[in-house]
Amino acid sequence: MEILAILIPASLLLGAVGLAAFFWTLKSDQYDDPEGDARRILSGEYDDKPKQDD
Amino acid sequence: MAMADSAEIPGAAACPACVATDPQETVARIRAASTERLMLSLPGIADADAMMAAERALRGVEGVREARVNMTMKRAAVTAAGTVTPEMLVAALTAAGVEAHELDAGTLAATQTDRTGRELLMRLGVAGFATMNVMLLSVSVWAGAEGATRDLFHWISAMIALPTVAFAGQPFYRNAWSALRRGSLNMDVPITLAIVLTIVTSLYETVQSGAHAYFDATLMLCFFLLAGRYLDHRTRAVARSAAEELAALEVARATRIRDGAEETVPQAELAVGDLIRVRPGARIPVDGVVAEGSSELDRALLTGETLPVFAGPGVAVSAGEVNLTGPLVMRATAVGRDTSLHALTDLVAIAESGRSQYSSLADKAAKLYAPGVHILSALAFAGWLAGTGDLRVALNIAAAVLIITCPCALGLAVPAVTTAASGRLFRRGLLIKDATALERLAETDIAVFDKTGTLTLGQPEAEGFAALDPAMQPLAAGIAQGSAHPLAMAITRAADAEGVAPAPVEALREVPGYGIEGRWQGQVLRLGRLGWTGGDGAEAQGTATWLRLGEDQPLAIGFCDRLRPGAREAVEGLKAQGLEVQLLSGDAEPAVRALAESLGIATWRAGMLPAEKAAHVQALAGAGAKVLMAGDGLNDTAALASAHASVSPASALEAARVASDMVLLHADLSAIPEARATARKAVRRIRENFRIATVYNVLAVPLAVAGLCSPLIAAAAMSASSITVSLNALRVR
Repeated sequence: MEILAILIPASLLLGAVGLAAFFWTLKSDQYDDPEGDARRILSGEYDDKPKQDD
Repeated sequence: MAMADSAEIPGAAACPACVATDPQETVARIRAASTERLMLSLPGIADADAMMAAERALRGVEGVREARVNMTMKRAAVTAAGTVTPEMLVAALTAAGVEAHELDAGTLAATQTDRTGRELLMRLGVAGFATMNVMLLSVSVWAGAEGATRDLFHWISAMIALPTVAFAGQPFYRNAWSALRRGSLNMDVPITLAIVLTIVTSLYETVQSGAHAYFDATLMLCFFLLAGRYLDHRTRAVARSAAEELAALEVARATRIRDGAEETVPQAELAVGDLIRVRPGARIPVDGVVAEGSSELDRALLTGETLPVFAGPGVAVSAGEVNLTGPLVMRATAVGRDTSLHALTDLVAIAESGRSQYSSLADKAAKLYAPGVHILSALAFAGWLAGTGDLRVALNIAAAVLIITCPCALGLAVPAVTTAASGRLFRRGLLIKDATALERLAETDIAVFDKTGTLTLGQPEAEGFAALDPAMQPLAAGIAQGSAHPLAMAITRAADAEGVAPAPVEALREVPGYGIEGRWQGQVLRLGRLGWTGGDGAEAQGTATWLRLGEDQPLAIGFCDRLRPGAREAVEGLKAQGLEVQLLSGDAEPAVRALAESLGIATWRAGMLPAEKAAHVQALAGAGAKVLMAGDGLNDTAALASAHASVSPASALEAARVASDMVLLHADLSAIPEARATARKAVRRIRENFRIATVYNVLAVPLAVAGLCSPLIAAAAMSASSITVSLNALRVR
């Protein structure tokens, strides 16, 4: 049963990572335009480098 | 100017490095810093290619820093330097083949992201995370963990559940508290009580190393209920932002003349006595009297009349009328709340108080449900306390009863269905503005239509053109080309349709308020009002304009109002559903009779005043009928507000859209009978959902009262009923 001392914190930690990722998606406006984002991924436009924030 | 400003920017002066730099660079930095956020409406965006094309076009405009299209809202948000105007962006998009309109960012509160929705989503996420973890721990307990292991798992569950319940359950606590303070019960009171009581007894059991703890069930309850709340909020937020957008499309500005100079000011800043210039095609901003110029006014939205009326110096004009041909200068006599546009607001407010008494199906269910749950739980507590004398057992039983009966499925029953139904109707171009509108629409049994602008487009059609002497047809087409007046444009359209080539009419001149004059082969040619063209013609029936060549007899060209697409289908569809259809109009009798007869509407009234329309609707309601009102004008607002359910087209005046429950985004009326059919289906599903939830309760409650309910049974009953209810709701789509 000693294994529980590792497994339970580990499972909680993994869950917390998932929760933190959810918070991040929420903070960065990823639920504002579900329809547009779903189609954007299929666009035929490609670029060589990430867009610059100027 | 910009240089002078730069010296006053404290940040620039405070940083020593900036002082040393080239002043040119400083100016550029300040220009760049003065960014503006512009919003555009892109109603035609339907696929990824159009979206990309729009973004490319926007980024191509000089000064645009960032442009992003939101396809869900069909809007574009543009961050640009202060030099970029909305007109430039609209022009760029139009050139790229994308329809665009400027949106008034002030009216559009939704430019800030929807905070309530995000807050609910956050609570939902936290509740979901906690539920999953606690459920995993509970599975081991149900699987037979005992002694110290079980206690450890209960303690960990408690540590997860307590903060989660404190954070995620806040919307319920707030609602329950405000209901209790008003001395009433709503759905949130039993929810709050169940959450608090189960958490307290479970904590006590954990301390006492008891076998049963309900942390998983409590968290699951929070999760499912928050899911229902979030769905509900989302449906309403979509409708609200679309309605806001319609209002934001009308950028309310006026041109004021002060000391001989023109300035563009927001309508709200106009004062009595101001001189205002109203260009052709613009809407009159406030009530007033014409000071200079003459023109014609379209009053269809105010009175339902299709024929434009003359306006010259001294004529009183009202806010909401549209100036058609010549520029006018008017002096304001009433502004803001005193204008005739706002005069009907009181009437609307009185009419609406009746509708607010409508109690939704969810409210009715809560009224039956909340006291029942409390009494049942209290009885179980009292019974077990009397029977066993053990307070701990009695409290446990009471908590089990509360958590089993808690309206988890009921909380999903209505939002899941309305979300599915509103989504379906939104795709058909119908916007549901009010939460209970679907339920009310399903109950309607009489449909009352307005004529001008609702059943018809309020756009004249030159039916008399074909009857004109073939030799005169090219002349009519030639002279009509010289004007943007709706009647002249109708003649141009008719000539195109008939394949008539316009004759070369020279020296075309528009005489605002009267007509158009030109010369053809040395003779004067006039198209306009009979009194102005001269000569005597018999007064024509309905709307007509007159064409006169030289000293000949003037010839009448008759017009009729164009039927809105789907109007016939709408009337027939509603009749097929067993509704009685009526027509109320402020227009003259012949036009109303002709329309009623062509659409097969037996009951019609012409020449009605706004108050008469409202009185008619109220009389029908007084006789026990549930009225569905469709209208678009100011003269319809009171009737729209007093009807049981109401709908207005997107072309309607803002006051009418505000007063109605539903807005038709497309020109097509045939969505109305479909909406009613969908609403009836939705109400049927809601009732079914209530029945499903009740069946689960009836099965599980005896177990709980008998003390046989384990946390496993509670969790299974709760999730099974919630999932069944959600699946049933999806059948509406």
